Amino acid sequence: MKTSTNTSMSTSPTLPVSLAANPRLSSWIRFAADGEVTVSPGKVEIGQGILTALAQIAADELDIDIARVRMVRASTAASPNEGVTSGSLSIQQSGRALRQACAEIRQIFLAAAADRFGIETSALEISDGTIHGPGNISTSYWELADEVSLDRDATPGAVPKPAARRALAGHSAARLDIPDKLFAQPRFIHDTILPGLLHGRVMRPETSRAKLAGLDETPARGVAGLIAIVRDGSFSGVVCETERAAEAALRGLRKGATWSQGEALPDENDLAAFLKAQPVESTVIDQRTSDRPADTARTIRRQYTRPYIAHGSIAPSCAMAQWDGDRVHVWTHSQGVYLLRADLALVLKLPVEHITVEHLEGAGCYGHNAADDVALDAVLLAKAAAGRPVRVQWSRADEMTHAPFGAAMAIEIEAGLDARNEIASWRHAIWSNGHAARPGRAAQPALLAGFELEHPFPRVISGNPPQANGGGGDRNSIPLYDFPSWTIESHRLLTMPVRTSALRTLGAQGNVFAIESFLDEIAAERGEDPVAFRLRHLTDERAKDVIRTAARRANWKGAPKPGIGHGIGFARYKNTGAYCAAVAEIEGEEDIRVKRLTLAVDVGEVINPDGVINQIEGGAIQVTSWVLKERVRFDAARITSNSWTEYPILRFSEVPAVQVDIIQRPEIEPVGAGEAAHGPVTAAIANAVFDCLGVRVRNLPITRDSLIAAMDSSS
Amino acid sequence: MPRTRFRLNGVATEVDADPDSLLLDVLRGRLGLTGPHFGCGVGECGACNVIVGDHAVSSCDTPLWSVADKEVITLEGLGTADRPHPLQRAFIAEQALQCGYCVPGILMSAAALLMQNASPTESEIRTALDRNLCRCGSHNRIVRAVLRAAKEMAAPGTPR
Repeated sequence: MKTSTNTSMSTSPTLPVSLAANPRLSSWIRFAADGEVTVSPGKVEIGQGILTALAQIAADELDIDIARVRMVRASTAASPNEGVTSGSLSIQQSGRALRQACAEIRQIFLAAAADRFGIETSALEISDGTIHGPGNISTSYWELADEVSLDRDATPGAVPKPAARRALAGHSAARLDIPDKLFAQPRFIHDTILPGLLHGRVMRPETSRAKLAGLDETPARGVAGLIAIVRDGSFSGVVCETERAAEAALRGLRKGATWSQGEALPDENDLAAFLKAQPVESTVIDQRTSDRPADTARTIRRQYTRPYIAHGSIAPSCAMAQWDGDRVHVWTHSQGVYLLRADLALVLKLPVEHITVEHLEGAGCYGHNAADDVALDAVLLAKAAAGRPVRVQWSRADEMTHAPFGAAMAIEIEAGLDARNEIASWRHAIWSNGHAARPGRAAQPALLAGFELEHPFPRVISGNPPQANGGGGDRNSIPLYDFPSWTIESHRLLTMPVRTSALRTLGAQGNVFAIESFLDEIAAERGEDPVAFRLRHLTDERAKDVIRTAARRANWKGAPKPGIGHGIGFARYKNTGAYCAAVAEIEGEEDIRVKRLTLAVDVGEVINPDGVINQIEGGAIQVTSWVLKERVRFDAARITSNSWTEYPILRFSEVPAVQVDIIQRPEIEPVGAGEAAHGPVTAAIANAVFDCLGVRVRNLPITRDSLIAAMDSSS
Repeated sequence: MPRTRFRLNGVATEVDADPDSLLLDVLRGRLGLTGPHFGCGVGECGACNVIVGDHAVSSCDTPLWSVADKEVITLEGLGTADRPHPLQRAFIAEQALQCGYCVPGILMSAAALLMQNASPTESEIRTALDRNLCRCGSHNRIVRAVLRAAKEMAAPGTPR
């Protein structure tokens, strides 16, 4: 190892962000009397397997068997506040915090044991929680737990184990939550029954943002088992003894409702024109200038679009709430219990201490869906339940029409090419609604019912996180390639007729689709191999490695076969996260079929290899669905894609074979894998379509219609 | 209220409910089962699938009266942690899910397939599961798990 003689250069150790924000060690780890260790992260399970990966990290650092770990669900009553479970940051934030906290806790216990035995800590070893010393002396975490207080703040300086000494991280531990889910043990919020539970339903307009003008309660009043009808402005709902009664009462409520006209929606067939005609806030995201003046021989410009995309979780959103005087307890599958609590406090005008928000698992969550909205629905309906808990579940149609969508995007890229057709300049401009309107981030609440009350809160217009946090609509818009100069602009809409917020990758899917498609177009014009072209413009060896690995594994470019096309796509998620390259093999004539996706990924240290593969594979399949099928549909008055028939997603028979290679780098801090595949796979499919059919589809989704339109416009 | 009799997970069951009630409501509500999941309410996603006779059906649009005197199997009747069905073992071996909300319905579709076809091809499995939606992208793992279970069940001496 190389040592530096200049010690003044070394920076003093600092705590990982989540631990610095929640330094109390006992808030993360406790030793239960029965030989268990409770691990209490602020991040939540949303189907990504995070609890298992965090259990691996804690068990590794404490030297205990993973079977002793009991993961505690996040709750504002006790958990560290780690904000929101999003952005592929849970391993980075919660994982690092836990590793650091456990490293310190391990040291504290070793010191206590050393004290007890009157020996040096270096003479002690820990094996499955038992602390051994010379001559068969031993104690354990649990034996010492009474005399060692963890009610103290973490201090920087504890050094976690080196990668080589980790026994669990780097191995595919089986997911802790899977057995319950296979053996029908209630684990989902949907399956959790509280004593005295009542059922609520909320009535929402079919016409976009129509206001409830009148409500004749008579039809709903006739339903047996009705407990209450709740109305506050345009917000209305029912509380009943059973779900069946609640559904019947909701139908009654609909019969008695009259609605105002609502607000017009844009033309779904010309989203680019709509996006580019709205008032916007324009930001220069990044600029690179060259010393040499651009020697531009010609300029080419292309426009790429993606539509609004629905979350389409298989379970409709669900929540439960129970009031006790002026205090309320909420059960939710929100991604951020503290953030939801902050918004509930704004709506209810209550101090946050009066609200407890507790996490229960929901179905797979791919961003800011209706989980938070339905929690406020339950809280409002439960007010009429005289202290009994109320469970509210959205309908499939409400889930598909009232939850926020991933924002539509129009992206214009222009490149100046020099006399040798090399890229001399680059301009990338994005028109899109913001990609973030999560609760708990502003002075105004971002929850749907809050916009519907008699005294409503203003509708939140989605914003974008700053580039330093990965950006929003501009995520992954800054090229990773060594172009001599560029200008990146983001035009965020200040109107929002279609509600948008965070969906997996935010703007990265659209931006990577645009950049990687455009690069392919230039490579084709140059007659250069797309892989070679990319490698020539990259300097980061990790980037080159994933591209080379995916290309090699996919036998990039074997002999051409008629009717078969190959395409490549690459990105480093958020430009700071996981590296991912994808090669798509498609088969196509009038319809295209994605046959195979070959991916290579580099997330730095891999905590759970099978977990990473599962995330990459799942992301690749999900985005294949986005690319081939998905588009939120609407007419001038309403969202019309309100069912799986109207919003089809990829089915088993349509799913491509997916192969994932991980490039392991145990010495590099781990990053998340959940969003790395979306952009690269999107571009790989579009590029494979061009390879196969010679048609460049620049407007997603790639359907028979968009293929025909692209053929028409190119001929 | 008329009574509807059927066998539920091997046990004679009698329900005192409106015969037009939806089977899913009866299973989850009256009978307190949480295996079958609500997903769409109109038989489009398969999360609520149960086996009636030897076919997987969506219980959210199946009226109670239609299962009278029939054999109904839900996830609760497939196997337990102590005595898992080969499919459940295979789903663990393949780690064949992400969120798992769709899995109870998929397991019932797969179990029904294996009742009718003990050694399905990959393509037959995909066809049999085509009406089950999965949003997390676990499809290929699920198909591998069903293949693994079929193979295990075909091996002589395997307990079912």
